[in-house]
Amino acid sequence: MYDVIIIGGGVVGASALREAVSYGMKALLLEADDDVATGTSRANSGIIHAGYDAKPNSLKAKFNVRGNALCYELAGELGIDAKRIGSLVVSTKEGLKGLEDLEKRGKENGVDVKIIRREEILRIEKNVADDIEYALYAKDGGIISPYKFTIALADNAVINGGEVILESKVVKIDNNGGKFTVYTENGKSYETKIVVNSAGGHANDINAMLGDEIYDTEFRRGDYFVLDTKEAKNISTVLFPLPDERGKGVLVAPTVDGNVIYGPTSIKVESIEDTGVTGEGLDIIRASVTKSYKCPNYRNVIRVYAGVRSIVGGDFVIKWSDKVDNYFILAGICSPGLTSAPAIGEYVAKEIADRLGKKEKKKLIPNKRTKHFASMSVDELNELVKEDPRWCKIVCRCEKVSEKEIVEAINSPVKATSVDAVKRRARAGMGRCGGGFCAPDVMEIIARELDIPLTAVKKGGKNSNIAVSYVKEDGIDV
Amino acid sequence: MYNYDVIVIGGGSAGMSAALEARKNGAEKVAILERDSRLGGILNQCIHNGFGLHYFKEELTGPEYANKFVKLVDESDIDVYLDTLVTSMTKDKKIVAVNPVDGVMNMTAKAVVLAMGCRERTAGAIAMPGSRPAGIYTAGMAQRLANIDGYLVGKKVVILGSGDIGLIMARRMTFEGAKVLAVLELMPYSSGLKRNIVQCLEDYNIPLYYSHTVTRAKGKNRLEGIYYAPVDENRRPILEQEKYIECDTLLLSVGLIPANDMALALGVETDPVTGSMAVDERRETSIEGIFASGNVLHVHDLVDNVSEESAIAGRYAGEYSKGVRENGRPYSVKASSGVRYALPQKVYSGEGKVKIFFRVGNIYKNAKLVVKSGDNVIFTKKYMILSPGEMEYVLLDKSSLSGDVSIALEV
Amino acid sequence: MDRMETICIMCPMGCSLTVESDGGNISVKGNTCLRGKVYGENEFTSPKRVVTSLVRLEDGGVVSVKTNGLIPKSMIGDILRTIKDVRVKKPVHIGDIIIKDVLNTGVDVVATSVREQ
Repeated sequence: MYDVIIIGGGVVGASALREAVSYGMKALLLEADDDVATGTSRANSGIIHAGYDAKPNSLKAKFNVRGNALCYELAGELGIDAKRIGSLVVSTKEGLKGLEDLEKRGKENGVDVKIIRREEILRIEKNVADDIEYALYAKDGGIISPYKFTIALADNAVINGGEVILESKVVKIDNNGGKFTVYTENGKSYETKIVVNSAGGHANDINAMLGDEIYDTEFRRGDYFVLDTKEAKNISTVLFPLPDERGKGVLVAPTVDGNVIYGPTSIKVESIEDTGVTGEGLDIIRASVTKSYKCPNYRNVIRVYAGVRSIVGGDFVIKWSDKVDNYFILAGICSPGLTSAPAIGEYVAKEIADRLGKKEKKKLIPNKRTKHFASMSVDELNELVKEDPRWCKIVCRCEKVSEKEIVEAINSPVKATSVDAVKRRARAGMGRCGGGFCAPDVMEIIARELDIPLTAVKKGGKNSNIAVSYVKEDGIDV
Repeated sequence: MYNYDVIVIGGGSAGMSAALEARKNGAEKVAILERDSRLGGILNQCIHNGFGLHYFKEELTGPEYANKFVKLVDESDIDVYLDTLVTSMTKDKKIVAVNPVDGVMNMTAKAVVLAMGCRERTAGAIAMPGSRPAGIYTAGMAQRLANIDGYLVGKKVVILGSGDIGLIMARRMTFEGAKVLAVLELMPYSSGLKRNIVQCLEDYNIPLYYSHTVTRAKGKNRLEGIYYAPVDENRRPILEQEKYIECDTLLLSVGLIPANDMALALGVETDPVTGSMAVDERRETSIEGIFASGNVLHVHDLVDNVSEESAIAGRYAGEYSKGVRENGRPYSVKASSGVRYALPQKVYSGEGKVKIFFRVGNIYKNAKLVVKSGDNVIFTKKYMILSPGEMEYVLLDKSSLSGDVSIALEV
Repeated sequence: MDRMETICIMCPMGCSLTVESDGGNISVKGNTCLRGKVYGENEFTSPKRVVTSLVRLEDGGVVSVKTNGLIPKSMIGDILRTIKDVRVKKPVHIGDIIIKDVLNTGVDVVATSVREQ
């Protein structure tokens, strides 16, 4: 019997799992897909928001501000990067009023913000558009890799005794008053005292299983361009336009891994699965970016992607169910959900701990920071290669990822079993060739490490096998 | 320990040719640094025939062509470092390279030849709309999985782009058990060889749709199909005429990009059209002692031309390592009026002949090529047809040079 | 009357050829030179190709092969299906005969790459 089962391996679920573990709970996270961070937590802006944008006294404001501090604090323990590079909301002369409103809101939320003029803006970011006169500067704005953050939280939970079971889509939950039985698609079942719904865009499906309220949910897609690392020299902070009713607008920002992103859009879609980029979306970005940023360069685009966020009313839903005892609901965790996640996890775990009468919070063992060939000194490399020559066998030439890193990614606490899962951890295939050169090598390493045939290696997700058969296995129609 | 006269980066057709020629022309210690576990580069996966007609006067497959050079390298005293990646290079030719056997190597060279080839443009780079399920690959990746590893990436295939790799893969997929439903080409013409259009598509009744492109991919984890549409004169899809094909695979053959990032990072001068290094007739870049040849410089249609060009780079890199310097008077070479680019971008006065490769920007019939040096017309030639898919060359007398060279078309 | 349309591959012109036969005489239209006429006639009467493909190795993997001469275009499918059932033992070297006189064409299927033990 588990103390708690968390349904959904996004950043919020992973954070809740890790916090639950710190209270000594027997905790399990069930994820439908073959890796954590495959939904909204994979495809967003990766921004650590300072917290000036949310309405004062809202859950968004509360968790954003606390989450901001926690993101930077946790990064070290989790062995990942969080960079406090500051953020600018920029405007022309006409936008000053809007900035002042934001500044006021920020101060009410307890965020360090100030309005600065062009001269000072240029000291922070030289490439703002020529007609930008004012900006709201938040020094605590920053960047983080949303999927690495999620994976690191889940890994950390696992090394501290939590469990993550992948490819376990929840299809039914029995509520026997004081005990839930959670059934998964692959025929397994798990018993628990408490259920946490962190299924993101699928939150209503879980609510329906327990006869709980179905939320009126809006899905919005955000499209993005990803640019080559060559573009990183042109942008040093997070650059937002003035927000409007649809959201924070199209931003330009570096990523922690050295790329640059332009995006997102905010386009209404039917479902959480509608993650296909559209030409229309990309045109919106092209038209918007130039308003704040002087030197967009689409020649250096290496990838486009889109993510869908779910919106329930104007605020997050973070509460014990009104209808079902011991059922905790997290829904509508859209922006600033990534920043808020560690604070939400902290809050949820505390709520559950109180209910279970668990008071002691233990110190968690930190993650080992994974070593990367690309950021190692020659001396360090010379030492490591003596122990294991695979440190100097480069598989991904664009991002300089060694075979050793790929093997370590595959065998990490939450195992990477697909090419995409390896890519999210080790960055093999993240570069300009899009994995064209290294994907077959990565496939071979996965097949070897997991002892499966090459035809069983997936890109990511059900039926996503890359090599589908041997040559000439079927008939030849010539 | 790792001090060389000439270091060649890349062990494909360009690298092997350059290394052999450098060794013959003065360089005593020559090394090839190759990232793969064997020499030959991308030729190893080009198992179709049609290579070598110019260079060896016989028709060979890619691996056979490569092997002729591999044998010569094996018989030579050139040091070959396999599984080796160059991680940094400086203008004064200090190279850091790694491999699992030697670890980190600090190397020096008197001259360097860059022969890293090219990479394929991806769905991401062309910002193709739609989802990103399994089933969308560059043609070259599908080629590698089939021809080296023996696996098919899908059974119902659409190919975007009618460059040679796309055409070759249409036939390969057909031969190995897949059904190729269509080839879509954005342009009103193919940049592939005529022979490949006939022998890879027509022979197997594979339709080729000109002025068409993929408008979006459909499918969550595995490709289910693609939407495609004709394009207008600005190459924007006409969405009202969008159609759907069910398929499990989309192969992309939408262009090759020189893998020159390391050289560009050194601040080498570039040609805005090729997007790669500008070189002189010896294939020396703007950085002294750093030479370049093959697809890292500009994308060739025929490997025969890569071998020839690389022999030039290798020869002069070898001579450079022995202190030989060019002392002719330099003239720039500029392409204009219909000629998209010309290479080399710099020639010298002197004796003998110099070959200038060029590529046109459109299909031209009955066009006259005019080459001027200063104000003098030094060469003209009439062509019945010139096509962007076929690299052409002119041979100029160096003694006729009296000023900067311009190469233009009169239609 | 038989009729065939194709593109001449003898040069980049790529003339669109129409080849017709009334049983005896063959006429080629659309060509702009003599090479095009000869090409059109050959493609019409007895088109030939070199076939390149892959043969499976006994213990996994493949090795590339080709016909070491031209074979009739109409036999490509049958040759591929013959190759499909063959399994080869390593080592394989360039030029090794994989199938001798394939389907009585007088042409061998030979290895075109190396697969060492």
